[in-house]
Amino acid sequence: MNALLQHSSPHGTPQNNVTRMMLQVLLALVPGIIAMIWYFGWGVLINILLSCSAAVFFEALVLKWRKRPLQPALSDLSAIVTAVLLGIAIPPLLPWWITLIGIAFAIIIVKQLYGGLGYNPFNPAMAAYALLLVSYPIQMTSWLPPEMLTDVHLSFSQSLSAIFSGILPAGLSWDAISMATPLDDMRTQLGQSNMISEIRQSPLWGDYGGRGWEWVANWYFLGGLYLLYKRVISWHIPVSMLASLALFGLIFFSLDPQSHPVPLFHLFSGGAMLGAFFIATDPVTACTTRKGQLIYGACIGALIYIIRSWGGFPDAVAFAVLLMNMAAPTIDYYTRPRTFGHAERERD
Amino acid sequence: MSFSNNLHHPQRLWHFHGGLHLEECKALSNGTEIRPMPAPEKLYIPLAQHIGGPAEAMVSIGETVLSGQKIGRAQGYISAPVHASSSGRVIDIGDYPVPHPSGLSAPCIVIQTDGEDRWPQPPASENYSSLQSGELRERIREAGIAGLGGALFPTSVKLNAGPEHKISTLIINAVECEPYISSDDRLMREQSADIINGIRILMHMLKPERCLLAIEDNKPQALDIMRQAVSESGLKQCLVCKIPTLYPSGGEKQLIRILTGKEVPWNGLPANIGILVQNVATVAAIAQAILQHRPLLSRIVTLTGQGIAKPGNYEVRIGTPLSDLIAFAGGYQQPPERLIMGGPMMGFTLHNDAVPITKGSNCIIATGRDELPEAVDALACTRCGQCERVCPAQLLPQQLYWYARARDMDKIQDYNLFDCIECGCCAHVCPSHIPLVQYYRFAKNEIWAKEEDKRKSDRARERHQAREARLARLEQQRKSRLRRKKEALNKKPGNKTADPKKTAIEAAMKRVAEKKKNRPATAANTQNLSADQEKQIQQANARRQATTEDPPA
Repeated sequence: MNALLQHSSPHGTPQNNVTRMMLQVLLALVPGIIAMIWYFGWGVLINILLSCSAAVFFEALVLKWRKRPLQPALSDLSAIVTAVLLGIAIPPLLPWWITLIGIAFAIIIVKQLYGGLGYNPFNPAMAAYALLLVSYPIQMTSWLPPEMLTDVHLSFSQSLSAIFSGILPAGLSWDAISMATPLDDMRTQLGQSNMISEIRQSPLWGDYGGRGWEWVANWYFLGGLYLLYKRVISWHIPVSMLASLALFGLIFFSLDPQSHPVPLFHLFSGGAMLGAFFIATDPVTACTTRKGQLIYGACIGALIYIIRSWGGFPDAVAFAVLLMNMAAPTIDYYTRPRTFGHAERERD
Repeated sequence: MSFSNNLHHPQRLWHFHGGLHLEECKALSNGTEIRPMPAPEKLYIPLAQHIGGPAEAMVSIGETVLSGQKIGRAQGYISAPVHASSSGRVIDIGDYPVPHPSGLSAPCIVIQTDGEDRWPQPPASENYSSLQSGELRERIREAGIAGLGGALFPTSVKLNAGPEHKISTLIINAVECEPYISSDDRLMREQSADIINGIRILMHMLKPERCLLAIEDNKPQALDIMRQAVSESGLKQCLVCKIPTLYPSGGEKQLIRILTGKEVPWNGLPANIGILVQNVATVAAIAQAILQHRPLLSRIVTLTGQGIAKPGNYEVRIGTPLSDLIAFAGGYQQPPERLIMGGPMMGFTLHNDAVPITKGSNCIIATGRDELPEAVDALACTRCGQCERVCPAQLLPQQLYWYARARDMDKIQDYNLFDCIECGCCAHVCPSHIPLVQYYRFAKNEIWAKEEDKRKSDRARERHQAREARLARLEQQRKSRLRRKKEALNKKPGNKTADPKKTAIEAAMKRVAEKKKNRPATAANTQNLSADQEKQIQQANARRQATTEDPPA
């Protein structure tokens, strides 16, 4: 009889694979990305394309250096996910070289130098975002206003030239077209001791967050639900993170509603929604035990509130996630589930 | 959470953590009746078909044996005898290939069958209810019955829970949760009487408060037939429980959890919590052993997979070569890629089909092309935690994998590696296609080997220390002997070992000394002087002194 294949059980290929999971993450991002392009122009798309191609390039480069096969690492799409997350986190008209620095840092240093996918202790996209934010604070906080608040709508080629050569169409200046994010605005105005009720008179504000912004958050929320439905992520991190952020918001809002915005403002502003479903849930850098994930998410929510309210930066998702990345192994250690047939663990 | 879905006998059911819904593939084999296969030309009966000590051959080459004759006796308490599954002549006793993942050979008794299937005179039948449970256990032991679900633990040992453990719940495991396998399903549909009789015997032996027969809801016919059989039997404490199809519900600990909500302690046995589980095919074998005096000579084997021409269930004599069984079943449909013994989740691959069917061979899968394809390339673990979600032992498979890779054997035991039942759920869902169970087996073997090494080195050290002690003792004895000799020597000077010359010299010296002592001392000229002489001496001295004080001018 012919030679039979030898293999250890279980037999048969698992239905799932890493590429499919990454594809589902990318698919879940699509509605939010379309909304961002709608509200903030072609720059968003250009940034995504630029960061993706740079990510593939840097990933291939390091794999060559490390003498590793290119195909498995490139086809798992993890570099693309990192690139897309960074691409949508940075301002739409960010100069191209800043984006490149961010991607190079994310892929080469944060991901590959630690050993590649699965071995990086920090979320590459968030580490890069934090690096850019502290290195280029002006550029990184110059956002465009959402389309309903401005008459200036740059075309694809105008956006391209703004990003790559820094040249704006005649008659426009950077100051004229850029605008602070709602979080930034809220922070500045509260710093000037303005009341929430006054601040919210501005046309910048929508139902609970910034106009346009809150809709982007809605679409990311929808994408997150898709990931939950597809079981790519579990509910623990997003729910605990958003709940803790809302809880903190509620406590301070009920203490003083004139100097603390409504809790929903926090959920639908900045990167909270994106962070809850797409960034904090990055399996490599998050907690893996169920109880640990609840703690991890809740701590991120709390840190976001603390940094937003009393820290030096308007948004805090990246810093909160990075801080908790550091704590994840310890949390995992102390939240090991009770093994079947064992009594509750006694801590030693 | 609990739910009741048993229409006839509502029975509360519990959940265990994790588990998987798998593609069942049972329809391939469960649609046809069990076909008995006649005795093959040669039977290869392995002496080790159970957990514990292998049986010892008690026949010699050339001997004629009858069907059901014991040809290997149990060695030790945890062991089981083996029997001739047909009549014929023993033509060899030696190493032959056996179904084992290693593909190695093991001692077998080879019988050339005579095709007559001659039985010895059956003993007079008697009513088992007059027998003590100890006697019944002994008969079960003599019948060579071991757990037919595949675990192969000697049944008589399992039934002897000891007087300190009162069995309150007897569970009959007819879950058959692995895909492809349908031997228990067909057994229930066709031989329910044996099962009922077996339950009666076990209830007589164990006197449990209740007996639960668990069947997954993917076997509706078996459920109906067993329900009817139980209600006709008048067994009041016996309940047929329909449980949801979820792999691995048939695992002993998982099934106990589902039916009773209890967890078997990690370091204990089901008997510790008053529960005993028996596989349904084992129960039927017990009935045949007690009521018909028929030892375990055959079993129902599911022969399936796209590589088999006529998949189905076959009643096969223990020791039948797999190749003969496949030929009987119409041969291969297509050249098989793999032969799996057991189910796809926990079975192992065979190296060829020249191995015998044993007591544990519940299923043989000959996979066709693209059936159960193996994953080839494993990626890095992304810690996605899918494995943890499905683990029925509530372990952290990703951590176990991490420590197995790092060969951190202390840490991996701290994460309860030995609670892993190797069900394969984690590896089945892993998006990185990591062969997780293989890593756990590796780690377990590594730890066992280390423990074995430690035992050996402990033994070696003990032996070394004993040797050192023995040598020291001998040295001590030698020294004390010497000392005693010396003392004896000193006590008796006239020893013949003394030098006569030396003695002579010593004697002469002694004599001289004696003489010297006795001789009177010779007088010096200054002794015994008269007063005149003394005076002369004094004057002479005074003169000498004066001349030295006043020197001549």
